[in-house]
Amino acid sequence: MYTFSNRLKIASIVLMIVGALGIIGGFVMAPGTIAEAKEMVASHDGGHGDAHAAEAEHATKESDHAVAESHGEEHDASHDQHLLDQLKNRPWAALYVAAFFFMMISLGVLAFYAIQRAAQAGWSPLLFRVMEGITSYLVPGGIIVFVILLLSVLHMNHLFVWMDADVVAQDALLQGKSGYLNPTFFLIRAAIFLAGWIGYREYSRKLSIAQDDSDDNSNFKLNFRISAGFLVFYLISESIMSWDWIMSVEPHWFSTLFGWYIFASMFVSGITVIAMVTIYLKSKGHLPDVNDSHIHDLAKFMFGISIFWTYLWFSQFMLIWYSNIPEEVTYYVTRIADYKLPFFGMVAMNFLFPVLLLMNSDYKRINWFVVLTGIVILAGHYMDIFNAIMPSTVGKNWYIGIPEIGSVLFFAGLFIFWIFRALSTQPLQPKRNPFIEESRHFHY
Amino acid sequence: MASKVIHAFYDDDDVLMLAVKKVKAAKLHIDEVYCPFPVHGLDKAMGLAPTRLAITAFLYGLVGLTVATLMMNFIMIEDWPQDIGGKPSFSYLENLPAFVPIMFELTVFFAAHLMVITFYLRSRLWPFKEAENPDVRTTDDHFLMEIEIHDNEQELRDLLMNTGAVEINISEKNSH
Repeated sequence: MYTFSNRLKIASIVLMIVGALGIIGGFVMAPGTIAEAKEMVASHDGGHGDAHAAEAEHATKESDHAVAESHGEEHDASHDQHLLDQLKNRPWAALYVAAFFFMMISLGVLAFYAIQRAAQAGWSPLLFRVMEGITSYLVPGGIIVFVILLLSVLHMNHLFVWMDADVVAQDALLQGKSGYLNPTFFLIRAAIFLAGWIGYREYSRKLSIAQDDSDDNSNFKLNFRISAGFLVFYLISESIMSWDWIMSVEPHWFSTLFGWYIFASMFVSGITVIAMVTIYLKSKGHLPDVNDSHIHDLAKFMFGISIFWTYLWFSQFMLIWYSNIPEEVTYYVTRIADYKLPFFGMVAMNFLFPVLLLMNSDYKRINWFVVLTGIVILAGHYMDIFNAIMPSTVGKNWYIGIPEIGSVLFFAGLFIFWIFRALSTQPLQPKRNPFIEESRHFHY
Repeated sequence: MASKVIHAFYDDDDVLMLAVKKVKAAKLHIDEVYCPFPVHGLDKAMGLAPTRLAITAFLYGLVGLTVATLMMNFIMIEDWPQDIGGKPSFSYLENLPAFVPIMFELTVFFAAHLMVITFYLRSRLWPFKEAENPDVRTTDDHFLMEIEIHDNEQELRDLLMNTGAVEINISEKNSH
């Protein structure tokens, strides 16, 4: 039995407190009036005039924007209101990105776990309790994301522009989408998805524990069947979730492989966290039967799925870049214009770094190497979600400051607290999984 | 020079792996193991030096990447500048996304093909080469362990019999 060490517990609580202070600080610092917003921007880069001129030039290039924004004298006023909205959005967006990121990790682990179950994999049963521990975060994490979405629907923030009835009234495209993209249906979908994911997680965990004391394999077989069924539900729900929760912050834009793209991100982050938690537990003397080959296999997945993520990132980027259709290409134009460093930095962190570090077979067995690469991969995929949400919600007023770091620290603390608390409730090694012997002798 | 070797046959890869470990534990040198299919971990158990094929594959990949870059730069930018999809920038870097699939494909192409050729050369394999395996059953369902005999025939026989060999033969071998 693993006991949640006091040091780790205190560390996670400290992270939560510091993070909560950062989140509160972010909301306190957000401007309340247009004057405050202008003052903040002026003191921030000193030369707002230049930026403004550049934007005006930018607007004339994008014909569809120019039509919407060129109202002469009205322009300045609407621009200022826009600036205020963006700055007010920033703490919300920071909170949402971090909440989604940590929820996504446990959801990615859940998918990996269901695949192991459905494939009846022989190598991984020793890691099942670690995976179940990480997926336990889906309950608080999913509910927090749902609450943020609910607050968006209640107009506490302006993350999702299509929720604003005034905007929709002037926008033919959004009117056309409103049969699907309306607040009520949006929340119903979110509730169905979360209920399905959490329901599978809890049921599969129950069967997994029941299998330990059972005298036949009925729990194991039932788990296999529900996992296969869950994967069908997951593929559909995850795809729709990615349109709803991420793609819809930019409601005019669409990409047909977006679901896969977000899936790759959550899958690689999840596998990375499995490897890191396993290495941590092993370093504390737990999981005695987990050997180098298990870590090697997880590192192979980290390597492979990083390349898979890059493949999807590039497939999405290249087609849109090549066809150069205004309604599609604006997505990348804003990101390359205003988010150059995070946008391309993310590709380096999510592709070049893991490819070069984990290419050598032997390095996949060196624990500190896997952890180091894992930290970069996790930071890179946080940036991935950041790049998906921020340009559409705060525009060029982004910065990685107190609200962003505070949110990450808070959810990291909650994540650590929750998963290690869950890990300490059951023995770390399943006793009666029919494949446990194979897993113990696993060597690649 | 001809030498006497002992051939021990096995009909299961797990038994073979255990046998190899026992023979190594007895401090004997295994000349060769012939298998119908690759057995995971056999090279480590036999104490063979790690393969350097992976390093050559990486280098071949770099060659492929370089060839693709130079080739596309020459074809699309220098020799006959082309305007495709309204992107007439005539600069390699600005058209880079269009070239990435080719760079990727040629990297894989070079790494895969040159690695296979290297493997054939290193293993001394070529078309119409006479097979080196001493018994045709090693291409079907038997594994064969070959150990050179230095006046210890009976001792080897007993050891190999204990490891679960299904058949043991002695034969002459021309070393090359």
